[in-house]
Amino acid sequence: MIFSGLAEKLQDTLKKLSGKGKLNEKDVETALREVKLALLEADVNYKVVKNLISRIKKRAVGQEVMESLTPAQQVVKIVNEELTNLMGGEQSEVNISSEPPTLIMLVGLQGSGKTTTAGKLSKMFKKQGKTPLLVAGDIYRPAAIKQLQILGDRLEVPVFSMGDKQDPVDIIKAGLSKAKTAGHDIVILDTAGRLHIDEEMMEELKEIKNETDPDEILLVVDSMTGQDAVNVSENFDKSLGINGVILTKLDGDARGGAALSVKAVTGKPIKFIGTGEKLDNFEPFHPDRMSNRILGMGDVLSLIEKAEEAIDKEKAAKLEKRLKNNQFTFDDFLDQLEQLRDMGPLDQIMGMLPGMGNMKQLKNLQVDDKQLDHIEAIINSMTKEERNDPDIINGSRRKRIATGSGTSIQEVNRLLKQYRQTKKMIKKFNSGKAKGLMGNMNLPF
Amino acid sequence: MSIFKNVEDKKEAKETENGLFEKLKDGLNKTKSGIFSKINDLFSKDKELDDKFFDELEEVLIQADIGVHTTMKMIDDLKVKVKKEEIENTEEFYKVFKEELSEFLQEEKGGLILKKGLNIIIVVGVNGSGKTTTIAKIASKYKKQNKDVMIAACDTFRAAAIDQLEVWTNRLGLRLVAQKEGSDAAAVAYDAIQSARSKDVDLLIIDTAGRLHTQKNLMEELKKVKRVVYKEAEEAHKQLLLILDATNGQNAISQAKIFDKAVNIDGIALTKLDGTAKGGIVIAVKDELDIPIKLIGVGEGENDLQVFDPEQFVEALFS
Ligand SMILES: Nc1nc2c(ncn2[C@@H]2O[C@H](COP(=O)(O)OP(=O)(O)OP(=O)(O)O)[C@@H](O)[C@H]2O)c(=O)[nH]1
Ligand SMILES: [Mg+2]
Repeated sequence: MIFSGLAEKLQDTLKKLSGKGKLNEKDVETALREVKLALLEADVNYKVVKNLISRIKKRAVGQEVMESLTPAQQVVKIVNEELTNLMGGEQSEVNISSEPPTLIMLVGLQGSGKTTTAGKLSKMFKKQGKTPLLVAGDIYRPAAIKQLQILGDRLEVPVFSMGDKQDPVDIIKAGLSKAKTAGHDIVILDTAGRLHIDEEMMEELKEIKNETDPDEILLVVDSMTGQDAVNVSENFDKSLGINGVILTKLDGDARGGAALSVKAVTGKPIKFIGTGEKLDNFEPFHPDRMSNRILGMGDVLSLIEKAEEAIDKEKAAKLEKRLKNNQFTFDDFLDQLEQLRDMGPLDQIMGMLPGMGNMKQLKNLQVDDKQLDHIEAIINSMTKEERNDPDIINGSRRKRIATGSGTSIQEVNRLLKQYRQTKKMIKKFNSGKAKGLMGNMNLPF
Repeated sequence: MSIFKNVEDKKEAKETENGLFEKLKDGLNKTKSGIFSKINDLFSKDKELDDKFFDELEEVLIQADIGVHTTMKMIDDLKVKVKKEEIENTEEFYKVFKEELSEFLQEEKGGLILKKGLNIIIVVGVNGSGKTTTIAKIASKYKKQNKDVMIAACDTFRAAAIDQLEVWTNRLGLRLVAQKEGSDAAAVAYDAIQSARSKDVDLLIIDTAGRLHTQKNLMEELKKVKRVVYKEAEEAHKQLLLILDATNGQNAISQAKIFDKAVNIDGIALTKLDGTAKGGIVIAVKDELDIPIKLIGVGEGENDLQVFDPEQFVEALFS
């Protein structure tokens, strides 16, 4: 889960602090030493950590904190603010050119994830109704072009390539004119991975930049990167003047400190994060929310956005009407389930809920998508009648459903119980007893 | 315009092989000039071995990705030694320091050992760590020693992974066993073993799909590949090689732990040491898990592979 290791450590440390009433300078220092170690363990660069801690310290031992009634909370607030600052305030969008096509160039070290990211970006733009063109500029790595072509085929996004015998500078120039004639509004250029200290290869990128004037040069950084992240990003930024960063492979257990380092060294925002191998495991990066998530305040905003994206508006309106009349059947349940799945892997969703990120059990839980399979199977084994009126499901029907769905009677019982609870909740909502953020979501669990 | 006349020259320049040690040093030298590295200053100046000195040492070690935990352990050890052996200046200290580092690393050089008959190496690691390229390098090395080498394309998942191996095997003149994308990785491995046997191959290298160690189902798939290989090729000499990217930080520890738990790693290859990353994380990995480091990767060409030499590694880290 994103940043979870770091989050846990910081929360533990800060919790210890909250246990105390008044704080003295020593308390703060001990806590900050732990914050420092937690950040270092998360691979934030040493220099960056040192600066951050000294800034926090200066503020935290200041008078208004020490004398406040809730000093620990004050310290947490300061850590949060400084982290947010470090990560760069608000979300940064992609620069869209007023004269299409907008050219986006992806650069980075070998193996950082540029090609997959090119695919993900194009999918995102396509979803927004744009008409991206992918350009294959990696003539060096064996089968890199083929990889991009396969992704393009899957996504139904055209890929421009001239094989691996032409100079990348020429390829991208030709790709751009193709985009203009064919009316593509976005061009995404995949370049070969290279070392930031490889002068000839960096020269190639500079040439591409000079000849084509990209609207966005995005550095793709592997979230597992260690201390070297500062050297890499500084060099790429100096040579090319990058506009932002995309952080990849955040679905693992990397604590992602590289994100903080890169931002601190280049001052350039993290624009997107990649959270899985699937082409839609890709999201805009919200620094403020991320820092909240790190400190355990949850990320309700992202969750709601995800939900809105996944929920079919029309169906939702229909459902709302039905709910208002206390009608909620297993068919509705199934619908909800599908929409929930569209939101992405369950454990990621859970991680966004306040307080959940820190739950120890959740860490090993890997919320089982299989469980959802079972629920689906059970509902699919019910007759139409049963789905509409679950009250008729008696013992022998339960047995039949369990056998039909390859599950057990216990599981069927559990689902029926959940259903009744959900229905009860709906009644409550309708009577206005409980209204909250999640009021119109009715997640089926 | 580019300093190269044409693309082919450019590609060739990228692949020419320098003196191998030079290449490693080159990369590491460049780090030295980097603003964040200062081990040299630390030891060259006539400094007191005081708290400030140890703070600076901490900084240097952590920046080499040796990791918080191992760094603290090392520094505690060193402080004790300084007292016990009455070490007073940085020169003496440097010797003790290098010994300490070597203690944390393995004593022997790395390298792979091939036995008579069929040898099988299964290569595993996270996405983009350098598995396929390292396989090409190993294959090329043994091909030059007149061994019959075959590669099994068991990354049936990533787009164009098979094509990537096709390019390499064509380039190097090697045998390749592959099925189509999406087929069962264990089945490909099974096929490859049959084929390797019938052709009397000396070395079969199995490329697997990159996977994050946290992806439980993909780790299960890997276990299955291993199970099939170990069961099917009972007579063969088998090894599991984990590829770690030197650019990685502390996460490499987690990678090594979980891969080791799942499939039992016999050795590590550390790639991308031609960059500015120091790869110090292998010291932490070695400290926590006793897995030997066998090989290092120092570039993208087929010759950019070296036997891991602990002394040289330490030397290069802090020279
Ligand atoms: N500079 C440098 N690059 C390397 C080295 N080893 C591999 N690479 C590059 O890293 C990138 C990824 O290498 P691959 O061999 O495709 O990695 P992989 O682990 O097989 O990747 P997946 O199969 O996608 O998980 C390629 O661009 C390689 O050329 C090395 O030692 N040094
Ligand atoms: Mg591969």
